[in-house]
Amino acid sequence: MTTSTRDKLSTSILYVNAVTVSFDGFKALNDLSFTIDPGEMRAVIGPNGAGKTTMMDVVTGKTRPTSGDILFNGRVDLTRLDEASIARLGIGRKFQRPTVFENHTVLDNLELALAGSRTVKHSLFARLSGEARDRLDELLTIIALTDRRHQRAGALSHGEKQWLEIGMLLAQDPDLLFLDEPAAGMTDAETEQTAELLKGIAGRHSIVVVEHDMAFVRSLGVRVTVLHEGAVLAEGSMDAVQQNPRVIDVYLGR
Amino acid sequence: MATGSSSGYTPLLLRIDAGGWVLLLVLIAAGIGVPYANQMLPQESPWHVPTWLVALLGKYLCFALLALSVDLVWGFCGILSLGHGAFFALGGYAMGMHLMRQIGDRGVYGNPDLPDFMVFLNWDSLPWYWYGFDQFWFAMLMVMLVPGMLAFVFGWFAFRSRVTGVYLSIITQAMTYALLLAFFRNDMGFGGNNGLTDFKDILGFSLQADATRCALFAASAVALGVGYLLCRFIVTSKAGRVLVAVRDAESRTRFLGYRVEHYKLFVFTVSAVLAGIAGALYVPQVGIINPGEFSPANSIEIVVWVAVGGRGTLYGAALGGVLVNYGKTYFTAAMPELWLFLLGGLFIAVTLLLPRGIVGTLQLWGGVLRRRFSSGDRKRGSHGAVAPAPAGGGE
Repeated sequence: MTTSTRDKLSTSILYVNAVTVSFDGFKALNDLSFTIDPGEMRAVIGPNGAGKTTMMDVVTGKTRPTSGDILFNGRVDLTRLDEASIARLGIGRKFQRPTVFENHTVLDNLELALAGSRTVKHSLFARLSGEARDRLDELLTIIALTDRRHQRAGALSHGEKQWLEIGMLLAQDPDLLFLDEPAAGMTDAETEQTAELLKGIAGRHSIVVVEHDMAFVRSLGVRVTVLHEGAVLAEGSMDAVQQNPRVIDVYLGR
Repeated sequence: MATGSSSGYTPLLLRIDAGGWVLLLVLIAAGIGVPYANQMLPQESPWHVPTWLVALLGKYLCFALLALSVDLVWGFCGILSLGHGAFFALGGYAMGMHLMRQIGDRGVYGNPDLPDFMVFLNWDSLPWYWYGFDQFWFAMLMVMLVPGMLAFVFGWFAFRSRVTGVYLSIITQAMTYALLLAFFRNDMGFGGNNGLTDFKDILGFSLQADATRCALFAASAVALGVGYLLCRFIVTSKAGRVLVAVRDAESRTRFLGYRVEHYKLFVFTVSAVLAGIAGALYVPQVGIINPGEFSPANSIEIVVWVAVGGRGTLYGAALGGVLVNYGKTYFTAAMPELWLFLLGGLFIAVTLLLPRGIVGTLQLWGGVLRRRFSSGDRKRGSHGAVAPAPAGGGE
């Protein structure tokens, strides 16, 4: 057990061990443990209140766990850092409601997200290098918004905003990405396109997708973790978890 | 022009928008023209500008600079400060202290070191915090340092604990109110209720002389111009885009790895320094500084100027500062009892009818007209208005 834990710790990009978050006695996360491997894409599902958002909050520094360990790349203790430091380490997060800078152009949104110095002094005198420009062009192609680069992000459709936000995460060049319902509110065609987009970027980044849409999760074809009452209920392929009697129990009511 | 907006580095002069150019040209014209018309033209000339008007216009320019400083934090970073009057007043007090020391033994009591009010209070020596203010350079340093330090310390605690929105507005009000009460006390050593007044001269020039008034007016025009350029530099840089990002989606900015509190602290401190300079130029032109300048209502009034002129446009704020104060001068003379109602009405009317202020509304109409008359789908210029502020409140 100890050796396998040690193994997991050194090989996984994210190691969450026995994390508990309690708000006034209510345990939003209850002894939650899981690991994500480098380059892995993982889907996290679970009924409302299962702790999916809280799980992302503790990993990205928004909420501090009451107890437990979260290690990034086998060595960095995330429980001691704030959002900005964690983001700079290479962990990106997409919110459930698409959140982009509506008054900036698509290009400016991506530029602000582009990896690089984040200090006030640097950004006062910053200029865009040719390399950065090429990277922006590349990102625009990936998220299929090249034609809209000069448009205000506020004028984009809901789906396009979701892609722009994903593009902003990619611009950060993170090692690990958390996506909260990337397909929410999208048309079927857009959902399909999003699944393709995610599959395209998986491998280079580890991705954790939190989703309600079962068809979408199935189309991703990745390992699924089912959360329930702040802990892992089941883990495995989509087919396996869907046949798991405990999962069926939780989803179909008690 | 491959990537258009936001790319590369553009010299500051190319980052100024049309309204900014109008503001700068008006300032240059007024900075030269008004002193000329006062000094060189005979009194009977229709173009002669009387000295009282020079001082009044100079006062408006100080208010315009103050409005600019509020627009920098409110319009571009969403920090609705209702305490900027405090920074203005502190800059004013620093200047007032210098002018008090300059009176020397020409005061009523003839004490070479102690200002009259200290003699009156039977103090026998100068308090330590008055040391150095006999030196002009030291006083000028304090004009910037005192408001800047207060903003830095205040902002450090407020932004680090993530106090935002209406809560931040309320504590800025509390800050200026606390200073009001403190400065009212005689024991503070700032002249209590009466404040500092009866100034004689500045840098050896009599404050009553027309030429000194003209020089102060020109200095105010220069300060406003330089202040505008500084603000424009900030808001058109990448840092400016981060500020707007903070204003529009703070947590998104944080999760992108930006230390939001550092950006807020930076812009809040710069803004406080600008407000302090405005106060320092204001005091010699009106001849007095008293605790009334700390009154919470003053700070709220500044926000009204910015809202009227057009939040998030910089030059609009300056315009609002001048226009509303012109209205105040006019109405407090014509119908003094009505002014406060007019000011309140103005704020409500602007909020309801012109949520983008005068300048923002003109820009909007201009944009509609341009779109109607030009079918060509030309891209927006590289450094156009950074981002219009959302209508309405601070958040």
